[in-house]
Amino acid sequence: MRGAETLSELAGALAGGGVRVVDLSQTLSPRFPQIVLPPEFDQCAPFRMAEISRYDERGPAWYWNNLSFGEHTGTHFDAPIHWITGRDLPNNATDTLPAASFVAPACVIDCAAESARDADFLLTADHLRAWEGRHGKIPPRAWVLMRSDWSKRTDPVAYQNFDETGQHTPGPDARAVRFLVEERDVLGFGTETIGTDAGQAAHFRPPYPCHTVMHGAGRCGLQCLANLDLLPPTGSVVIAAPLKILRGSGSPVRALALVSE
Amino acid sequence: MTPPLIKPKPRNPVRALRRPTLPPPARSRAALRLTAAAAEGRFELQHCCDCGTVQYPPRSACVTCLSTHLEWRETDGVGELIADTVLHHSNELYYRERVPLRLGMVRLAAGPSLLAHVHGDCGSAPTPVRLRAHLDKSGQAVLMALPSQDTTNMADDPMLREMTSDPKFRKVLVTDGKSAVGQAIARAMIDAGAEIVWAGVAEPWKQAGGLDALAKLPQIEQVTLDVTDEKSVRDLAGVIGGKVDILINTAEFHRAHGVADRGTETAHAEMEMNYLGLLRLAQAFGPAMQARAAEGSVPATAWVNLLSIYALSALPSHGTFSASKAAAFALSQNLRAEMRHAGIRVVNVFPGPIDDEWNQLLPPPKLAPAALAGAIVKALREGVEDVYPGDVAQDIVRRFRESAKVLERELWDQ
Repeated sequence: MRGAETLSELAGALAGGGVRVVDLSQTLSPRFPQIVLPPEFDQCAPFRMAEISRYDERGPAWYWNNLSFGEHTGTHFDAPIHWITGRDLPNNATDTLPAASFVAPACVIDCAAESARDADFLLTADHLRAWEGRHGKIPPRAWVLMRSDWSKRTDPVAYQNFDETGQHTPGPDARAVRFLVEERDVLGFGTETIGTDAGQAAHFRPPYPCHTVMHGAGRCGLQCLANLDLLPPTGSVVIAAPLKILRGSGSPVRALALVSE
Repeated sequence: MTPPLIKPKPRNPVRALRRPTLPPPARSRAALRLTAAAAEGRFELQHCCDCGTVQYPPRSACVTCLSTHLEWRETDGVGELIADTVLHHSNELYYRERVPLRLGMVRLAAGPSLLAHVHGDCGSAPTPVRLRAHLDKSGQAVLMALPSQDTTNMADDPMLREMTSDPKFRKVLVTDGKSAVGQAIARAMIDAGAEIVWAGVAEPWKQAGGLDALAKLPQIEQVTLDVTDEKSVRDLAGVIGGKVDILINTAEFHRAHGVADRGTETAHAEMEMNYLGLLRLAQAFGPAMQARAAEGSVPATAWVNLLSIYALSALPSHGTFSASKAAAFALSQNLRAEMRHAGIRVVNVFPGPIDDEWNQLLPPPKLAPAALAGAIVKALREGVEDVYPGDVAQDIVRRFRESAKVLERELWDQ
């Protein structure tokens, strides 16, 4: 009955104080930018919203909308099937991933100052070991979330941060990703930027290491997260469940974190 | 001599808006051929293939020999104003608002005598004139006698302005100011005297060459506009919808794919922008433009659609693009039918391949953006509603009219 007591305590803490719910999601809106691929590739559809009716001749008593968007729009979840390295894994899609993957503890690595200095900042395995020196070892099946404060860039141009050589946003390097997968057995990696990989990751070896290695090992991704600055380095629990899309590669999520007050 | 058009003062906000009225729109089926030619800037009359008589008004048979073998041919408008008068009263609302009106009888060198509007710079009869057919506010052809030589402010004659859409002093929205075509059109509008050119910018995080230089021009105002986003279109219409005099829809999504070599996402994106984008603009900007179609001396006047000559007959190597432009063409015809109630001219532009990155593999000649922009300015000034700019467009429209089927086959391997 230990579980029942824990849940009862949690419910009490949520209602009466002690545990707070932090919203880690950006608002889904046409204004929020979507990922940009080179134009010869097909593109992720941006979030769009068309009114069906609004208490008018199209429907007198009700307001509702039709939505269209790609799976990788807004604050979203990447399933292993998203990448070619994860395509043949069992239970690799939004409908088959175990539901337990959607609730997990989080380790938050604060890279805000480094990212402010250098938009191409790369999180390395050394950074992660140094973080562990301060906050303890990253537990298995945890989310590792990279705080860059990128979500505070409300201007879409600054958020995307393109120049003629492409996008400049922070992310992990290949060794950091391998360390997290091979030595720490993480559930996945999450960022505030538009991808789990750095903006320039097309030029890394391997290209897009976070997608390549994480998804190849059956791990997940979260991106376009917000409010990571409100999370402690350890001790929070993230709830991020993708829509149960048949063989979906990802989904927008309402990502939440439970935080001790 | 016609006085020059002066820059209009801002509208007096307590005065009621003048509602648009129209000249009589009814035409016989035969007379609509005069309209069809005028829509492309040509003056055509019926020629009898048996006896050579050139006749007006249009009829089913020749007035001289009763032959029904009549052909519409481009006709020289050179003639003489043989009588003229000034109309001071009319029970037609449209004319009532515009009297006094100069009218006259013109005898063409080609034969017939015709009743026409007379430009203010024409001398009193008898005097040599040039006759042209123009679309009036109803979208139907009427005849207008112009002085035999151009005069200084000829374009500013009030009745001629009823039939044309000169950009001078007008406020223009170019829906995509990021493309080379959009930028060339924005510059051409400024050169033609436009007061403001709003340049739409979608997805601002994707850099566009030339935009910064364009934005330095004092007439340019960049505005956020993504025609694939209903909210974006409505938001902009809420701010400037009541000011746009000429809307030029240059927003275009173009990839060079056939039907079978790709999924549906590119086709979807093309339809979202090229077809549904036009629909969203029409719903958001159409009503206010129509309401302002008779406001002051420089009213809302024209809506320009950048289509493609392959809207008429598909280019299979750009198959889904052609299909989206065909859909936009059909929509533009409906838009024209609706806008006619206010006298807003819907101008359709059918270019051949434009010299841009998505036509890399098509052989020249390709249309330079500046040439396309020049053709649009010319169409607005001349009051033309269908424009086929450049050699390829001219060639294809000619072949389309000769035999749509032959053209269909010939486009297969291009």
